[in-house]
Amino acid sequence: MTTGTVPAKLAEIIDDFQSLTEADRLQLLLEFSTGLPGLPERYSDHPELLEQVVECQSPLFLTMEIGDAPDRQVHLFFSAPREAPTTRGFAGVLLEGLDGLPAAEVLAVPDDVPDRLGLTRAITPLRMRGMSAMLGRIKRKIREAP
Amino acid sequence: MTLAPDPQDKFAEYAHPERLVSTEWLAANLGAEGLVVVESDEDVLLYETGHIPGAVKIDWHTELNDEVTRDYIDGEGFARLMASKGITRDSTVVIYGDKSNWWAAYALWVFTLFGHEDVRLLDGGRDKWVAEDRPLTTDKPGIAAVDYPVVERDDAPIRAYLGDVLEHLGNPLIDVRSGDEYTGARTTMPAYPEEGALRGGHIPTARSVPWARAAAPDGTFRSRAELDAIYRDEAGLQDGDDVVAYCRIGERSSHTWFVLTHLLGFERVRNYDGSWTEWGNAVRVPIVRGTEPGDLPAAVQRSAR
Repeated sequence: MTTGTVPAKLAEIIDDFQSLTEADRLQLLLEFSTGLPGLPERYSDHPELLEQVVECQSPLFLTMEIGDAPDRQVHLFFSAPREAPTTRGFAGVLLEGLDGLPAAEVLAVPDDVPDRLGLTRAITPLRMRGMSAMLGRIKRKIREAP
Repeated sequence: MTLAPDPQDKFAEYAHPERLVSTEWLAANLGAEGLVVVESDEDVLLYETGHIPGAVKIDWHTELNDEVTRDYIDGEGFARLMASKGITRDSTVVIYGDKSNWWAAYALWVFTLFGHEDVRLLDGGRDKWVAEDRPLTTDKPGIAAVDYPVVERDDAPIRAYLGDVLEHLGNPLIDVRSGDEYTGARTTMPAYPEEGALRGGHIPTARSVPWARAAAPDGTFRSRAELDAIYRDEAGLQDGDDVVAYCRIGERSSHTWFVLTHLLGFERVRNYDGSWTEWGNAVRVPIVRGTEPGDLPAAVQRSAR
């Protein structure tokens, strides 16, 4: 379990979720879902460059670009079908909360961040595991990056 | 007041044609008095992205399951749920959902535990409706205040518990999970999170018929002849058989329960909702690994009961 600090943008998103009623939290997740941007051409034309996060209930594809040292700025790219709005919503939260951060800050994100959105009861623990899996995969890919 | 059934030729071949409606029928009957359309999906947000006009949502996990005990809601809970969705005891309920009606069939099975009489599936489910460019809306349906009587759940006819399945051994069992779950190579569906079963494999003598084989590529149910070929010719089921179907938590096997009961007319089919997450963790129940159904160990028949 990582016990680092939550990056400012992600902390803001968590606060936004926490300030809402349960029904409105779902609505906010839906907004993240519809707001998830499409892939840039260099990936949309090359789906083989994306990696499937198999722990997610619905197909989610992920790829990352990691900049040069010392910062090693992290850029995230997600793709999930519109029939999987929950998965898209999770991806949208991570994209807005983590994209552009230095690798060290992403690695320090606490593993229990998904639980802090206050969605567990409405979404169920099982479904929340999909988001934990995404975060885990992002960290693993940073660690494995050359 | 219930609605007249969909008189489609395809449905007429099934044992209980009144349990299915086509997208054409539903489009023509939307808004009819006495009809409530229910969407039940795996993805908890899918309904909110757009649903059939007037349809209400029922979430299997947060609304049909008991919050504490691993069980379904009770008669009072069901009555409250129905009233909150505008469903009366006489309503014709048409359920549809994602993934070939997988979760819709689960909801239908739970409705059946409470003896709701007129409950049907939309053949092809959500995907077919969307593929045909039929209308979707994000408008919340107006729900009239109605009463639904408290009817106690009657599990015995269509639901099997662990002990029932032990008693049942020797009679037909259908394992509807994927091939790798059946052999024991894995304990969850490919691409799904680990839900915690300690042992992999299947219940001795269970035949493997993955649930989705009952669905055509467009999500509709396969024809009567195709289903007979799968379940009678291949899996060996015969008229009069007492059948138990199971999967991992009882959702996929609800789909097979629907096929065997309503489309093929088997009169004694139970869904074992404890399924592999119970059997694969239970102490001293027999398990077979590998591709063969396997034999019933004689010693187990004596001691495990």
